[in-house]
Amino acid sequence: MQSRLVYMDHGATTPVRKEVFDYMAPYFQEQYSNPSSLHAPGREVRQAVEEAREKTASALGANEDEIYFTAGGTESNNIALRGVAKKRTKPGHIITSSVEHHAVLDVCKNLENEGHRVKYLPVNQYGRVDPESLKEAIEDDTFMISIMAANNEIGTLQPVRELGAVAREKGILFHTDAVQVVGQLPFNVADLNADFLSLSAHKFNGPKGIGALYMRKGIKIDPLYRGGSQERKLRPGTENVPGIIGLGKAIELAVSEIPEKKKKLEHLRDRLIKGLRDIGEVYLNGHPKERLPGNVNVSFQYIEGESVLLSLDMEGIAASSGSACSSGSLEPSHVLSAMGLDHSMAHGSVRFSLGYGNSEEDIDYVLEKASPIVERLRSMSPTYHAR
Amino acid sequence: MYSEKVMDHFTNPRNVGELPDADAIGETGSFKCGDTMKLYLKVKDDRIEDIKFQTFGCGAAIASSSMLTEMVKGRTIDEAARVTNQDVADQLGGLPPLKLHCSNLAADALQNAIGDYKSRQHSR
Repeated sequence: MQSRLVYMDHGATTPVRKEVFDYMAPYFQEQYSNPSSLHAPGREVRQAVEEAREKTASALGANEDEIYFTAGGTESNNIALRGVAKKRTKPGHIITSSVEHHAVLDVCKNLENEGHRVKYLPVNQYGRVDPESLKEAIEDDTFMISIMAANNEIGTLQPVRELGAVAREKGILFHTDAVQVVGQLPFNVADLNADFLSLSAHKFNGPKGIGALYMRKGIKIDPLYRGGSQERKLRPGTENVPGIIGLGKAIELAVSEIPEKKKKLEHLRDRLIKGLRDIGEVYLNGHPKERLPGNVNVSFQYIEGESVLLSLDMEGIAASSGSACSSGSLEPSHVLSAMGLDHSMAHGSVRFSLGYGNSEEDIDYVLEKASPIVERLRSMSPTYHAR
Repeated sequence: MYSEKVMDHFTNPRNVGELPDADAIGETGSFKCGDTMKLYLKVKDDRIEDIKFQTFGCGAAIASSSMLTEMVKGRTIDEAARVTNQDVADQLGGLPPLKLHCSNLAADALQNAIGDYKSRQHSR
């Protein structure tokens, strides 16, 4: 069997970096005290947790008292959206986009069941929301706008600054799911006019099961859970100390390395896109320029995404797909459909998401293997022969 | 996720291609998941002498197509007509629940091809 593994699924998750893992290690067996304890070892752990909060705040251009540790991106999104909705005395109107991650879409659908109205903004062929359409969608009782910073499938960056400015001008709370952007691109919460921002450590070489919510000072929402006074009662329960420590280290490292990492990934990304396109009748999904540094999403015409993934997997290449047959539902990706891709092109999409460990040799290897895979599958396809 | 048999038929599919002088052609497509299949039959004395397929679809769809061709090659038309979607999935050692509909493609294409064969016989 093949021995080589080329991991190109960093959009799904990333490995924990050694520096991060080593930094976390003492908090399992040595520094195990509860940060809420009064005793000396407890106070030491408290200090470490607060240092991680400072690092997280500094990475986002926020204050420490605006950072709340959570179990990850999904929980952050739930706390923000449901927390704002719960605080209201009567149902109102929410605006989001049609290409959000399910961690926002499904919360919005659930809020609709509770009587709120939700507008799902359309996107253009690159998957971008037009700030003008946001302006037009605002109603008298719009109380929340939630639009992702970058799309997880196609990598398209949203014009978050402009969207946030529209929300701020109208005095409406603005949340952005920035899970794909933190540690990839430089930004700060003030520039984005964000009132809430969600992030997740395992997307930037930190551990799984830990994330954070930025909530701008002065905003009051209803917590989802009741319990202790941890995270200023917004997220009660004994802190995931090793996770928090790991998040702090990972975000500090990732943000300090953004300039070189961005340059490297953009170069590898563009090489991969060009090489895949050279196969012929391979089309890039998402914005050609305004996209995540490590995201490559292409549709191979005449063939189906899952069969490409299986073939890549047999060569030791780990990628993913938004295609119906691999996502647990039969429908094609809601993102590609919202962009207007026809059924067969949406089914032929494959995502390669590059990260910290990828090299020039990885790109060479993928390009060497991709061409015969595509050729083989096309030779079996009735639509290829009928073209 | 897939059985070894499915992966074998996906990696080394049997009877891929087209038959230019086919006696019958059956096509089918699932609008829902986007898969399409085209099946060619060469029939002699009511027996399937040769069979080829082309499929646009996921691993399960390609493996089901290949499996079906192996199951019916050399069988009579009447025998082949009795092959069900479930038979194809069973022969593959089972399919994940969400993928069962992919095996429908193969048996449906065969039914359509047999229909085409019978109507060509009639119009002779």
